[in-house]
Amino acid sequence: MQRKHFYWIYKYVFLLVLAATTLAGARAQDLKSFEQRITTKVLPNGLTLVICERPEAPVFSYSTFIDAGDVNDPSGQSGLAHMFEHLAFKGTSQIGTTDYAAEKVALAKVEAANDAYEAEYLKAVGRDEKKLAELKQAFKEAEAEAHKFVVPNQFTDVAERNGAEGLNAETGLDETMYFWSMPENRLELWAWLESGRLSDVVPREFYKERDVVNEERRMRTDSNPIGRLVEQFLATAYVAHNYGRSSIGWPSEVQQINATEAMDFHKKYYVGANIVVVVVGDVKASEALPMLEKYFSKVPGGPKPEEMTTVEPKQFAEKTVAIREQTQPFYLEGYHRPDYRSPDAEVYDAISDIMSNGRVSRLYRSLVRDKQIAAEAQGFSPFPGDKYPGLFAFYAVPLPGHTPTEMRDAIHKEIDKLRATDVTDEELAMYKTRTRADLLRGLADNQGLANSLAEYQTRFGDWRELFLQLDKVDKVTKADIRRVANEVFVPSNRTSASIETDAAATPAQKTPAQDGGAQ
Amino acid sequence: MKISLSNFSDAIVLKGHDFSRAVKRLIWTGALAPEGIQIVKENLPQGLKPGLFSRALAARLKSCPFKAPEFKGALSLLTSLIIVLILGGCHNIQQPKVYVAPQLAQQAKPWEQIPTPKLHDFNPHQPQRIELKNGIVLFLQEDHELPFVSGSVSIPGGARDEDPAKVGLVSLYGQTWRTSGTAKLSGDALDDMLEAKAAHIETGGDVDSTALSWDSLKGDSDQVFALALDLFLHPNFSAEKLQLAQQQVATGIVRRNDDEGEIAGRESAKLVYGPNSPYTRQPELATIGAVTLDDLKAWHDRTLHGKLIVSVSGDFDPAAMEAKLRGAFEGLPTVHADPARHDSFADPKPGVYFIDKEDVNQSNVEIVGLGTDRHNPDVPSLAVMNEILGGGFASRLFQKVRTELGLAYAVGGSYGYSWDHPGEFHAMVMTKSASTVDATKAALAEINGLTTKPFTEEELARAKDNILNSFLFRYDTREKVLAVRVRLEFYGYPPDYLETYKAALEKVTVADLDRVAKKYIHSDKLAILVVGNGPEIKPGLDELKLGPVQKVDITIPMPKQPAASEQKP
Repeated sequence: MQRKHFYWIYKYVFLLVLAATTLAGARAQDLKSFEQRITTKVLPNGLTLVICERPEAPVFSYSTFIDAGDVNDPSGQSGLAHMFEHLAFKGTSQIGTTDYAAEKVALAKVEAANDAYEAEYLKAVGRDEKKLAELKQAFKEAEAEAHKFVVPNQFTDVAERNGAEGLNAETGLDETMYFWSMPENRLELWAWLESGRLSDVVPREFYKERDVVNEERRMRTDSNPIGRLVEQFLATAYVAHNYGRSSIGWPSEVQQINATEAMDFHKKYYVGANIVVVVVGDVKASEALPMLEKYFSKVPGGPKPEEMTTVEPKQFAEKTVAIREQTQPFYLEGYHRPDYRSPDAEVYDAISDIMSNGRVSRLYRSLVRDKQIAAEAQGFSPFPGDKYPGLFAFYAVPLPGHTPTEMRDAIHKEIDKLRATDVTDEELAMYKTRTRADLLRGLADNQGLANSLAEYQTRFGDWRELFLQLDKVDKVTKADIRRVANEVFVPSNRTSASIETDAAATPAQKTPAQDGGAQ
Repeated sequence: MKISLSNFSDAIVLKGHDFSRAVKRLIWTGALAPEGIQIVKENLPQGLKPGLFSRALAARLKSCPFKAPEFKGALSLLTSLIIVLILGGCHNIQQPKVYVAPQLAQQAKPWEQIPTPKLHDFNPHQPQRIELKNGIVLFLQEDHELPFVSGSVSIPGGARDEDPAKVGLVSLYGQTWRTSGTAKLSGDALDDMLEAKAAHIETGGDVDSTALSWDSLKGDSDQVFALALDLFLHPNFSAEKLQLAQQQVATGIVRRNDDEGEIAGRESAKLVYGPNSPYTRQPELATIGAVTLDDLKAWHDRTLHGKLIVSVSGDFDPAAMEAKLRGAFEGLPTVHADPARHDSFADPKPGVYFIDKEDVNQSNVEIVGLGTDRHNPDVPSLAVMNEILGGGFASRLFQKVRTELGLAYAVGGSYGYSWDHPGEFHAMVMTKSASTVDATKAALAEINGLTTKPFTEEELARAKDNILNSFLFRYDTREKVLAVRVRLEFYGYPPDYLETYKAALEKVTVADLDRVAKKYIHSDKLAILVVGNGPEIKPGLDELKLGPVQKVDITIPMPKQPAASEQKP
């Protein structure tokens, strides 16, 4: 009832918006108010739509959350989920093409040409270099033929010309997210674009885009010391689970992913039951829902794909990675911990808060302020994902003249303290207060709210968990923290990685990424 | 629930470095090429608040590295890179694209059949502006959606005004001011008190200003404001905390050559403005070592009397807030404006410059020149030109270098305009070592194309749509409206600047584009800097045929070790 009033005012008596906002504002902070403003609907194809009404300005943000990421890449195809994400910006059979029927035929030829090239390239014995060159030429010609039908970047162009802001996507190990913001009068256009690319992707310009992704890898991983370190760190910490695999993909594998594989990934994982779409902003659910249902019903149904079932075996030996190169020193270590569904999830959050949050945190006060050996020091978790058991990690950046070993020893001293003595009442209270306040602070941002609702809806089957988690936060005790610290922060569960400065790096370390693979 | 990443953001608040270069880089490698006004600047009165929006925040950090600086306070380059890289694994598709393909017959365009209803009416809520008798300006922006109150004091004078022998002073000041605390309450005690309330008080320094900011839950706001005011009026700069800040800045100095993007951004700016310009000179171990406690106190005493802008937003009663702010600031002496700066600016020395970095497999190519400032009436036309050159997926650079050639993930470019001094023309592309020359040539061709390849009505329409249809995101929250007003006030622009700017954008024509391109784009006045792996760059940079390749020395000067005799007592 309240809500109805509110919108009536907004729509017809604009000058009263301020007052209305004030009224709504008094209630904008708790679960109850969100229950009044949020509408959830599961479509027959299994796709979940969530609409959160927040008419502060005539704009909306959306988040499409796919419960699949690079952890789902098949063996030998690391980077596939991310590669597909790039494809999702290339248009559909209806946008980005001058003649889809003809383009489809041309794309099939591109794929056949690529297959022929790959088959020759991958011959272990007797590869015919002349034939390989001819096949490459044939591939290029097929690609050029298909390109004749392309209207480049038309999908994103239409979005941007209609005011899309912050247009982007993100592929993590656990999930893939697509998002942007737009003026509210473009809601239907957005629904057409978004439902189109979820249901009707075309492997357009795939191999050019693969080159782009290789550049992305060079930028993020190969050409940055910490990027290189982190990749090696995770590969060492995990022996079985895909969290240990390069999420952007190992170079040889990214360079051999083909369009067929990307389309197979889409077919398997981009089904309704695996997708949550959230819209937050100046949208009225009662008006928008029928329209959104119409568009998003196009997404194929089908069963929720099976989960990745590999379980990382218990680590029983401490592991270490040492990179020696001409960059400044750095230290990172991690301990295996359970996934986000663990009853101790909030205990881990409390530990990272107490160890790392702000100038009162234990690591800051010890390593930075008192010992004066680090420029910064933090603990954080879970890393690199939370859907499956991740790591609780610590890092420290040494001050000039100090070493990774000193960072390690100082961090361990703080960990030992956590295991031996209870945290103080003040520390525990601080964690709870800050968690509550920070949750509130996030509520005023359409995009952030959309992303959060989408993630909680996916991970817990109910967006309400975003608020209900506060009850679990309140229940964390000092004894919980000591217990968990003693269970997890033990040497046999540890992997550490450091950069040691070496004035004369060996040539082998100069070129981290070897070029390999096809194309 | 994941809180971890919020911890990162709070860690960010701790740092107090000049991060403009980092921001620039993150913008390029992140997702949005700014059209101009959105350039992330110091101490916006709260963009995204520090804090844990737990999982969502994590996602934002992951996907949008360029967002990180919004976490306010100040972000060290170091921290930003660590965040981006550790959280890494996140790959976004990313923006800038080109020009229109030849007119092809296209199949039906179903999206054009979708109606665009009239946009709901919207009048951005303007803050109340109050000018005190002493010249201090107050802005009050009520926002009752959430129970928080935040505020800031912007103070003219920044790193460009510091003693060249003490470069880094403002950065040290920005950190030490807060960490030292006041005569009544030490910085450490202040930390304890604020964190228990999930509140923040921060100080920071930037190139042209310093700032003090605060935020807290509504219930704590009187007390937190009183603490902030005490810090403002009675700072107690401590030698111990200055030393701590010096160590932090020193860490940044010795690490500044570890990341090639950081090197490229910094050194290309030096090519434009000169190595010793107030806008590019960098702190060295010697210059930060020269900064004393008295320098910090003197800086504080001097800048406190500048034209302060006090802005407050959130859940408060305006009459009570006005009374409180008057009580706090009305008694201060009449402000005196800083003397105008008289910096000189010249085009860079054209040519090809190279920095060898052996541990990378990708080159950072920066093509730079001198830009203009926002007072220039050609800025609206330049903004539209920028959109066509490098503003989105449809921009010429993106379309050519990324989409068509597959030579880069990160590519973009624009003719820059700052608020009160010339910005930079700056185009960049990051490409594998072997394609350095090809990618550079491709980018140069698009830059030259601005004057040789006529702009089309289609390009104009697209660029205007891109800018104008997303224009309201500049003021779609009350915080943004306030931040814009504060900035306009700070730089002396009229309060309706955005409206007049928007109107001017709407009037830009193809003839305007041709005119400004010819007037401002001169490829013979551009410098090209490549940071990359020398032996891997084949063909070599001489293939650009733009003259001899000049090596740039980026060795970090180490202070002389004291001689043995000097160490004796």
